[in-house]
Amino acid sequence: MSYNGGAVLAMKGKKCVAIAADKRFGIQAQTLALDFQKIFEMGPHLYVGLPGLATDTQTVHERLKFRLNLYELKESRHIHPKTFGNMVSNMLYEKRFGPYFVEPVIAGLDPKTFEPYVCSMDLIGCINEPEDFVVAGTCTEQLYGVCEALWEPDLEPDDLFETISQALTNALDRDPISGWGAVVHIIEKDKITTKTLKTRMD
Amino acid sequence: MECLLGVAFRDFVLIAADMTNARSIMVVKDDEDKLHKISNKLVMAICGESGDTTQFAEYIAKNIQLYKMRNGYELSPSAAANFTRRNLADYLRSQSPYYVNLLLAGYDDETGPELYFVDYLASMVKVPYAAHGYGGFFSLSIMDRYHKADVSKDDAYEIMKKCVREIHKRLIVNLPNFKVQLIDKNGIHDLPPITAKHLAAEEADVPLPEVRVI
Repeated sequence: MSYNGGAVLAMKGKKCVAIAADKRFGIQAQTLALDFQKIFEMGPHLYVGLPGLATDTQTVHERLKFRLNLYELKESRHIHPKTFGNMVSNMLYEKRFGPYFVEPVIAGLDPKTFEPYVCSMDLIGCINEPEDFVVAGTCTEQLYGVCEALWEPDLEPDDLFETISQALTNALDRDPISGWGAVVHIIEKDKITTKTLKTRMD
Repeated sequence: MECLLGVAFRDFVLIAADMTNARSIMVVKDDEDKLHKISNKLVMAICGESGDTTQFAEYIAKNIQLYKMRNGYELSPSAAANFTRRNLADYLRSQSPYYVNLLLAGYDDETGPELYFVDYLASMVKVPYAAHGYGGFFSLSIMDRYHKADVSKDDAYEIMKKCVREIHKRLIVNLPNFKVQLIDKNGIHDLPPITAKHLAAEEADVPLPEVRVI
């Protein structure tokens, strides 16, 4: 879990959700790339973040995309984030005794009602579905600290962006194996805003 | 112990691999070729468990050739890299994983030169420059300092020489020879190997600082 490093965070707002992650890829203390993707678009209002072992970030993303494509072909509709959460959970639990080393974070809006939804999971698929925010990666303690202090209910998209960005950047600064830039997605009913953050490079 | 280096520029990519083959504390070979031709404009530099390295490189190379014959066109470097990653990832969780680290350097006719870093866990990243092995501790900082997209082929070769020089100077392991290849729109080209002998000869040409006896 701390071989490659990385952190992902998702927050609920008023009729919107945000998901953010750092961009570092390294092997233990050696940073090798500053543009590693940990958050993946899985639908028009659905994103999944997969921090953990980088190889499993990529493998789990590929396999999830495959399962999701089958689901959407069979059902001819977009998946509900909660259903998608169960799909991820199920896939991870299939590998109960030889798991993928990822802690998924899901953020999305209900395809019909556009209700915000966030959830996180451990590496064998135990779902955590809180009302406020979810964190995962190598600096969860720091993330919980800042999120607990900064988050408040019913944040507007702009305020949510500020909150999630501040929370993430301040947590990253206290973790040597996360950081080196970050990306934030704000998901609204008819708009997705993707912004990249400059963070400390030391 | 082994070392692979790769640097991508605007219209070509350079790749280098040390030529040492060591068993435990014994060096058995210093002219080993760790660069494998995968297709016309794609080279794989590979190190790790000996045996696994050649086996895996040839397996990938032949499958990519097979794809070309079946479909009448070649896999692009990014497709080949993803294919390699997937194979390595599937083997990782099998009874017989391949313990290999690799760099894939290729030229895509649409998008230009590309360099992929893949480790034995099958994490893959596209990078402007990368290194595997202890040599990375010394050469990555040289690449950080000197890498620019817009560099001539001669200057690129000089950057590679700087990296090797630093490895010779600071790394305790003996890696005298590095095989170098350049991949551009015309295909794969062999460049003169960077060897301790050549570097020493070059340095001997530089006049020594004058010493005055007072």
